Amino acid sequence: MSYKLTVNGRPTTVDAPGDTPLLWVVRDILDLKGTKYGCGMALCGCCTVHIDGEAMRSCTTTIENAAGKHITTLEGLSEDGTHPVQVAWAELDVPQCGYCQAGQMMTASALLAKNPHPTDADIDAAMDGNICRCGTYLRIRKAVKRAAELHAKRTAQTSNADLTASAKA
Amino acid sequence: MATTQPKLDPQESPKSNRSAGMNRRAFLRATALVGGGMMLAYYAEPLGKKVLAQFGPPVTLLPTSFITITPDGIVTIIAKNPEIGQGVKAMLPMMIAEELDVDWKDVRVEQGDLNAKYGLQIAGGSTSTPMNWDPLRQVGAGGRAMLIAAAAQTWGVSPSECSTTASRVHHDPSGRSLTYGELASKAATMPPPDPKSLKMKDPKDYRIIGKTTPNPDIHKIVTGKPLYGIDFTMPGMLYANYEKCPVFGGKVKSANLDEIKALPGIRHVFVVPPGPDPATLAGGVAIVADSWYQARAARDKTLKVEWDEGPTAAQSSQLYAATSVELAKKEPGQVLRKDGDTDAAFGSAAHVVEAAYSYPFLSHVPLEPQNCSAYYKDGKLEVWAPSQTPATGLSQTARALGIDQKDITVHLTRIGGGFGRRLTDDYMVEAAVIAKQVGVPVKLLWTREQDMAHDYYRPAGFHFLKGGVDKNGKIVAWRNHFVTFGENGRFAQSAGLGGEEFPARFIPNFSQLSSMMPSGVPMGAMRAPGSNAIAFVMQSFIDELSHAAGRDPVQFRLDLLAAAPLPMAAPPPGTPVAFAPVAFDGPRMRAVLTSVAERSGWGKRKLPPGTAMGVAFHFSHRGYFAEVAEVQVSSSKAVKVHKVWVVGDIGSQVINPGAAQNISQGAVIEGMSHAMGYEITIDAGRAVQSNFHQYPPLRITQAPADIDVFFLKTDNPPTGLGEPALPPMIPAITNAIFAATGHRVRALPLQQHGYSWA
Repeated sequence: MSYKLTVNGRPTTVDAPGDTPLLWVVRDILDLKGTKYGCGMALCGCCTVHIDGEAMRSCTTTIENAAGKHITTLEGLSEDGTHPVQVAWAELDVPQCGYCQAGQMMTASALLAKNPHPTDADIDAAMDGNICRCGTYLRIRKAVKRAAELHAKRTAQTSNADLTASAKA
Repeated sequence: MATTQPKLDPQESPKSNRSAGMNRRAFLRATALVGGGMMLAYYAEPLGKKVLAQFGPPVTLLPTSFITITPDGIVTIIAKNPEIGQGVKAMLPMMIAEELDVDWKDVRVEQGDLNAKYGLQIAGGSTSTPMNWDPLRQVGAGGRAMLIAAAAQTWGVSPSECSTTASRVHHDPSGRSLTYGELASKAATMPPPDPKSLKMKDPKDYRIIGKTTPNPDIHKIVTGKPLYGIDFTMPGMLYANYEKCPVFGGKVKSANLDEIKALPGIRHVFVVPPGPDPATLAGGVAIVADSWYQARAARDKTLKVEWDEGPTAAQSSQLYAATSVELAKKEPGQVLRKDGDTDAAFGSAAHVVEAAYSYPFLSHVPLEPQNCSAYYKDGKLEVWAPSQTPATGLSQTARALGIDQKDITVHLTRIGGGFGRRLTDDYMVEAAVIAKQVGVPVKLLWTREQDMAHDYYRPAGFHFLKGGVDKNGKIVAWRNHFVTFGENGRFAQSAGLGGEEFPARFIPNFSQLSSMMPSGVPMGAMRAPGSNAIAFVMQSFIDELSHAAGRDPVQFRLDLLAAAPLPMAAPPPGTPVAFAPVAFDGPRMRAVLTSVAERSGWGKRKLPPGTAMGVAFHFSHRGYFAEVAEVQVSSSKAVKVHKVWVVGDIGSQVINPGAAQNISQGAVIEGMSHAMGYEITIDAGRAVQSNFHQYPPLRITQAPADIDVFFLKTDNPPTGLGEPALPPMIPAITNAIFAATGHRVRALPLQQHGYSWA
C-alpha cells in the first residue's frame, strides 16, 4: 500500500504494508535513525515522535494510522541542534549512553510547545512515559527547565517562534 | 603524526589498519585476558602491569597509534574502548590530551575499531581508568616529547630548553614558538621516546584532567545522527530476526519454514544448529527479510517451531528456593574462609540474630536491544558490533564460523547501554552465522522480548546468616552459608562469593561457607557483579545486628571498620597473582562513611513521621562508597526516596567530574530499580517476564529530588566508576525502610512485599 504523510515538513509517500509501525517506516524506509526501538509496546518512550504536534509512540502507531498526518522526528526539531531542547540537552550534557534521549527530547519539546513554563510536577508528569535506563532523570529535569528559559528568550526576541514548527515548517 | 612520513604517520584510517598493525600473538593474549576480565571484575583484583604480566608482555602503545595531528592543528585522538554510556569516549582521550598538552578545543575524538595496537579494548569491571591511567598518559607524553624534539631540531636548541602550553612548543630563551600543527610533519620523523624516560605532569598543572569535559558524541546524539549498532546500514542490507527456544538450552526439532518463506518480503529462513559453544550460539530459526518489521511479523504471527526443550524445562525459581533451604540444612559444600570459633562465640554472645536473605535473577535490559550487522564475502567477515568485549566476540565468531581470526574485522559502534549484557557476544556470533549463510550484509536485531528471554542473567542467591554481638555492642561472630549456583565445586558465572568479602577479616569468629546447585539458566556479570547483590545482604544484616545491639547504624559500622583486620588468606595454589583479592582498606571506608554521615546530617535532622534515613557502604572494583537514603513510607507501603547522598573514594583524581556525577546519580537510580521492581522469575526453564510492564526500570516521577555526589580525593591511583556507586544504594533503601517502619526486608525486590513507589 502507498501512504502519504508529511515528515519533518516534507511531503512523503511511503510504500509499506498498512500494519507497519511508523517507527520502522521512519528508521528503515526514510532512513531517519534518530528515532529508536526500545520495547515495541509503548512502554519505554524511545520511539517518541510528534504526530500533529502530540508526543506519540511510533512503535505502536501503524503507517495506516499515521497517513495524512504531520510527523516530526528528532531530526526535524533542527538539523543543526539549535532547537532550545537540543541546546539545553547539549549544554547540560544530559546523556550517558544516549539511546533514550531522542524520545526524551521529543516528549520535552511537545510539553514546552503546549506549556512554555512547566512546573517540576508538570515536567515529571509529562516525562514519566520515557524510561532512561542509565538514570539521567535529574539532568533531564534541569534540561527541560533550561530549554524553557531558552525558548522564553527566543520568544521575546522573535514574536512568532513556535517550538513544534521550528520543526521545518 | 604528520602527513608526509608513513612510518610514524597514522594517517591510515583507523577503519583500515587491521593488517598493518595486527600483532597476532598480542591479540590472542588480549582475548585470554578479556575472558579473565569478567572474573577479575568479581574479585576486584589489582589491575595493570601485574595483570598483563599473566599473559605475557603488554602491547607497546605508540603515540602514533592514537594521535594524528594535521597541519591545521587539529588533533585526532582515538578512543579505544567500547562506549556504553560510562563516558570513556571522553575520558581516555582526556588522559592522552592532558600529557600531550593540547588545547581540548583542537581535539577531535574518533572511535577506534578492534585492533591489537590499542591494547585491551573492553568495557567491563570498571577497568578503563586503572588499566589506562599510566599507559595512555605515556602515549600523550610520548607525543609531546616528539613535538618538542621536532621544535628543538628546527631551532637548533636543546629539547630541555623547550616547553609546551596548549598545542604549542615554546623556546623561552629566544621567545620563539611553533604550533603542534606546524610541527606535525617533522615530529613524525622523531623516534618515539622510551616510555620510562617520560616525565608526567604534576597534577596541579592539569588543564584537562579534573575539568568537566563534554561527551564527544553529544551533537550527534541531540541531532539524531546514526551512531549506535542498531543504526548501521549499508547498501543491499537485509534484516534478520533469530528465534531461539524459550527454554534455555533447547533445540529446534522442526519449524514451518515453507510457510514463512511464502510470506511477502521474506528472503531466507533456515534452522541454525547449536554452535561449537552452545553458550554463545544456541540453535534457532533465522528469518531474513527485506525489512526488519517483515522478519519480526513473520516470527510473531506465523512462525511455529517444535522445540526439544531439554532438561532445563524441569527447573524453576521455586525449585531453586526450595533446594536452597534443603542445602542450608546440610554441611556446606565449600569453606571459603574460617576464622576463630563461631559456635563458641555465638554461645557467649549477648545478642544472636539469624536471618535468611535472598535476591532474584535480573535481566540487564539495556534500552538498545541486542543487535549486530555482519557481511561475509570471499571467506572474510566484517561486523559492526555494539560489544563490551569485541575481542572475545571475535574469537567466538571465528570458532563458530570455522575461519581464522585474521579474516574478521570488528568495528565498534556506540552502545545503547551495556550494564554487562554485552560482555557476552552471542548476538555477534548469530549475526555472523546468518551473514555467512545469506552472503549479503545483514542486520540482526532482537525484539525486546527476545532480549529479556535470552539474557545472561544476574544470578539469584540465597544467604543463611547468623550473627552475634557482645554486651559492648561489638560483632563477635558471623556465619554465612551462601547457597548459589554451580557444579563440581565451580561457581556459575558471577554466582560466586569471595572468602575475603567484607565483613571477612573484621570479625574474629567468622565463617564464609557455600553450597551449590546446578542450573540451566545462563548467568553473567551485571554492573558491579556479585557486589550488586552481596552488598544488600551484608549491609542489611550488619544493620540488623546494629539494631539488635541498640546502637546507631553509622557508629556501629565505624566501630566495625576500626578493627585491626585479620590477614588475607593465601589464594589457592596455582591462582595467578593478579586474581588474588585486594585487601579491603578499613580507614578508606571509614572516611567515606564519616563524610556521608556529615553531608546527610545523619542523626542531626528531625524527620517527619514515616520518614527515616538508611545507610550502607560497599567496596568493589577498587572503589569505596558509602550512601545514605532519606526515605518516606506511607501506611499503604508507598515509598518515596526524597534524597540520596553518595560519597566515594576512587583515588587521587576524578578525571571527568561532570560525567562522574552523572554516572553516580545513574547508579543510584539503577539501585532503586533493583530494590523495587527488577525480578526475573524462572518457570518451566524459561524467563516469565517479557517486557517493561513486568520488569519496570525506575521512572522520572520516582526519582529523588536530589542526589548529592561527593568524592574524597585520596593518595591512591585513580580507579573506575562504572560500578562501585551502585551496590550500597539497595541496602541504603531497605535499611531506611526498616528505620521508618520496623519491617526488615530480607528478600528482593520490594514489590513482592506489597511496596510500590509513591
